[in-house]
Amino acid sequence: MAENKIYSINGPVVTVKGRTGLAMMEMVYVGENRLVGEVIRLDDDATTIQVYEETGGLSVGQTVESTGGPMCVTLGPGILRNIYDGIQRPLPAIEADMGSFIQRGAHQAALDATAKWQVHLLAKPGDTLAPGAVFATCPETPAITHKAMVPPTLSGKVTWVAQDGEYTVTEPILKLADAAGAEHTLTLCQKWPIRTPRPVQKRMAATRPLITGQRVIDTMFPLAKGGAAAIPGGFGTGKTMTQHQLAKWCDADIIIYVGCGERGNEMTQALQEFSELTDPRTGKSLMDRTVLIANTSNMPVAAREASIYTGITLAEYYRDMGYHTAMMADSTSRWAEALREISGRLEEMPADEGYPAYLPSRLAEFYERAGYVQALCGAEGSVSVIGAVSPPGNDFSEPVTQNTKRFTRCFWALDKSLAYARHYPAINWNDSYSEYLGELGDWYYDHVGQDFMACRERIAGLLLQESSLMQIVKLIGSDVLPDDQKLVIETARVIRVGFLQQNAFHPEDTFVPMAKQLKMMEVILYLYDQCAALVAKQVPVSKLLKTGLFDKIVKIKYDVPNDKLEMLDGYRDDIDRQLAAAAQ
Amino acid sequence: MATGTILTASLPLRRSKGDNAVILEHIGLSQINGSLVVLDGVPEVSFDEMVELHLDNGTTRVGRVVLVEGEHCVIQVFEGTRGLSLANTRTVLTGHPMMMDLSPEILGRILDGLGRPIDGLGDIYPVARRDVNGAPINPVSRVYPRNYIHTGISSIDCLATLIRGQKLPIFSGSGMKHNELAVQIVKQASVSDGSDFAIVFAAMGVKNDVAEYFRDSFESADAMDRVVMLLNLANDPIIERIITPRAALTVAEYLAFDLGKNVLVILTDMTSYAEALREFSSSKGEIPGRKGFPGYLYSDLAGLYERAGILKGHSGSVTQIPILTMPGDDITHPIPDLTGYITEGQIVLDRGMDAAGAYPPVSVLPSLSRLMKDGIGDGYTRADHVPLSNQLFASYAKVQDAKALASVIGEEELSPSDKLLMAFGRAFEQTFVGQGNVDRTMDETLDLGWQLLATLPRAELDRCDDEILDAYYEPAKAKLKG
Repeated sequence: MAENKIYSINGPVVTVKGRTGLAMMEMVYVGENRLVGEVIRLDDDATTIQVYEETGGLSVGQTVESTGGPMCVTLGPGILRNIYDGIQRPLPAIEADMGSFIQRGAHQAALDATAKWQVHLLAKPGDTLAPGAVFATCPETPAITHKAMVPPTLSGKVTWVAQDGEYTVTEPILKLADAAGAEHTLTLCQKWPIRTPRPVQKRMAATRPLITGQRVIDTMFPLAKGGAAAIPGGFGTGKTMTQHQLAKWCDADIIIYVGCGERGNEMTQALQEFSELTDPRTGKSLMDRTVLIANTSNMPVAAREASIYTGITLAEYYRDMGYHTAMMADSTSRWAEALREISGRLEEMPADEGYPAYLPSRLAEFYERAGYVQALCGAEGSVSVIGAVSPPGNDFSEPVTQNTKRFTRCFWALDKSLAYARHYPAINWNDSYSEYLGELGDWYYDHVGQDFMACRERIAGLLLQESSLMQIVKLIGSDVLPDDQKLVIETARVIRVGFLQQNAFHPEDTFVPMAKQLKMMEVILYLYDQCAALVAKQVPVSKLLKTGLFDKIVKIKYDVPNDKLEMLDGYRDDIDRQLAAAAQ
Repeated sequence: MATGTILTASLPLRRSKGDNAVILEHIGLSQINGSLVVLDGVPEVSFDEMVELHLDNGTTRVGRVVLVEGEHCVIQVFEGTRGLSLANTRTVLTGHPMMMDLSPEILGRILDGLGRPIDGLGDIYPVARRDVNGAPINPVSRVYPRNYIHTGISSIDCLATLIRGQKLPIFSGSGMKHNELAVQIVKQASVSDGSDFAIVFAAMGVKNDVAEYFRDSFESADAMDRVVMLLNLANDPIIERIITPRAALTVAEYLAFDLGKNVLVILTDMTSYAEALREFSSSKGEIPGRKGFPGYLYSDLAGLYERAGILKGHSGSVTQIPILTMPGDDITHPIPDLTGYITEGQIVLDRGMDAAGAYPPVSVLPSLSRLMKDGIGDGYTRADHVPLSNQLFASYAKVQDAKALASVIGEEELSPSDKLLMAFGRAFEQTFVGQGNVDRTMDETLDLGWQLLATLPRAELDRCDDEILDAYYEPAKAKLKG
């Protein structure tokens, strides 16, 4: 085959003239520095390639080298605790090689080839292994056991197995003869193309919540394990902060955190904070269950487009071992903008707001990779996806927000005015929704409390009443309202400040167990019911407010430690006593 | 051009330099369109390479390759194409991207928008040469910024604290006092460990008197010997403006990471920069995005703003204060909008406060510093800083509700608690925010905050716990009464 030479260069888009023999979505090396690229269009007389690095210095006439396969990630032990760029190059290795600034043409292997893993072989010679079967395990981090699996495209009879012992990711540990008699050598690692979902046995209904310890999410708008959620919000509304909180506290086994076109300092912060914090469930460092993918805003735009596929493929790999994984993508708008930028360079016909017409289908493909499944090995696992959306000008009617809404069933709308008042998480309770509520009701009934859903309904109802009352208050002030409505407004204030608002920097309040969430709701509703009974007997609300009970209950979140929930029972006596005194 | 050059018809000529490197010179151009020129028949051009255009009248202009297609390349000419004809130029491809000469002597110098001296003090003898485009900082190599910079301005120090290594833009509008604010920050800026600042000032499309104002202010503060000024004024070539912030940040990175200085970079006005980019993009025939700005405006701005930071193993830091004037005071305009998504917060100026004569006219609620939460509080500023700033924000947000209600039913009709809020709001705007041109210490700022909160009843303060209230609120309240 004739050598392929660069014909034109326009930003990250490079073309090669003539019939090249390259395949669609094939990975290629471009130019003297062997920059990584991907074939994105084939014409009769030209091949278009997007390059994942800065193209400055690339010249016409330099060669384009074929690799014969699509863009892949390397899957094996050593992924956890690592921090990668958008195409799975390890940033610590790049730093060791190039210093503090990322130069072009880095070619570091995704997994450390020298690290030895303590491998325990499960398969024996003569065993028949199906695709996806687990044949060996090794402790990847103190918290997570890595399971080496037969690639999903392969099956057969085991012909040879290595002894238990220390192996690197490239050393053979098992040999397999397939139905045609061909022998395959398996190692601890395998490759998988990032744009192809990894196969599963079957998809299952998502009936378990992803517990995050954030009251407004767990109680008001829960996300199911295997579900997809969107967090839209203008700048400064706390998208990243919310994502960080979820990554720290949610009860997934594995966290894939993708910083897609966002700030460098935020990734440094995530890296530092996750390393310092311990996972409340395992007692080990949070980094032990975390992978960071950092393609910051100033890193090449095409790699930004690839970064979320890299992230979700890693998530699927751990799901296949039977783990519950959660992937945070911050932010999918930057990914969509990368699509738009490349589409513009290809001179494609733009659709809404300049985004390519295939934006909705790409978004759908991505979010549909979330799910609660039975993996090929038989175990149950899940991938939950939480995507931040950064709507330009805080306008939720723009295409990325609107299309994301179509493919996610959980919508946590961040609100600028809440953020201005420093009410965090600034999730607006009137605009947000979760379609998982119905499916999760049984789980809450069994695991949290039988009255949980009823309490939640009443809390939501009070907030709704408040928002319609506020329309009147805004016009004529709250003094003219009848006392029962004043009580609704006061109770809703307790709910907003004492329950929905949560302080991520307070040691007790940053994570709140479900039991406390339920008890807090019960106390607030008890206060409301007792007060409502008195108001019905013509006791003025102002008198009830003077008891200081409302402010005391607002501070429950700080005053009652998470491990001393019995203290909450005392609050009911307080309420009874003080209200009785006030009614005198 | 020390060596003689022989020119024949439109064929490229080989000219050899001392080191025997072959330099190609191309005669004539194929097309001139706005600031872009097209050259045909040039083999093996590199993308983003610098070119020199030698005119027959002896002058030289510089440009950059922005598109290559076979032997056809498009060059962007920084100084504009006026006076160029298809025949009177000889073009040299330099084979490298735009480089900048750097040395420690660059401090105190005044450069043009491309980083060439214009103060008549001669060339800079280069100790280092750097690509102005820079390279992305590896996120792993960053140090998370934590040391706050004292600015002496209460609304910034208390409510949107500036941190070393941060990028904190000022969102302003035409006619507001953003320049005065930037100068005040530069004059008053200090850090707790006492190390000195170097200042890199990049003017993009600002008026001559604004640049003069900055120079006078630096001189009167006796700071000129630690300032580097890059000036691309309003009447300078627009395309040059695309290089100006890059050159400025290259100087800043050199001062910070080679010489170990704390560098404060002021970029004004980013709106002019983005408009220059739009002009360049449309002349290149690219598909326009929002308001005609190119689709890659976000990536382009990020390439500038993300050059702020602190690196492991280096003592210096780059802190950026970009200033942008929001067209029509519209914060949702693409330039402030995209900027806000990249920078670590913003300081927003308010037209109403400015008109009322308050200086600095900082609009408190939308102003934000994302990095402050980790750089303030115990061990950095004072233990009460976090709850105090949260409480001021929350109480001032309530003032807005009271104001809205007062505008409907009149202030007289407000409830007593709303009246207290209104009084608090006025005092806050006039004394705390509108402090004038004075330098307040952190203690003065925080104490003033408590004095203001002392006018509100304790039950209203829901962002502070009892310990903090006992330690700070009660003494302030006692002082108020006594």
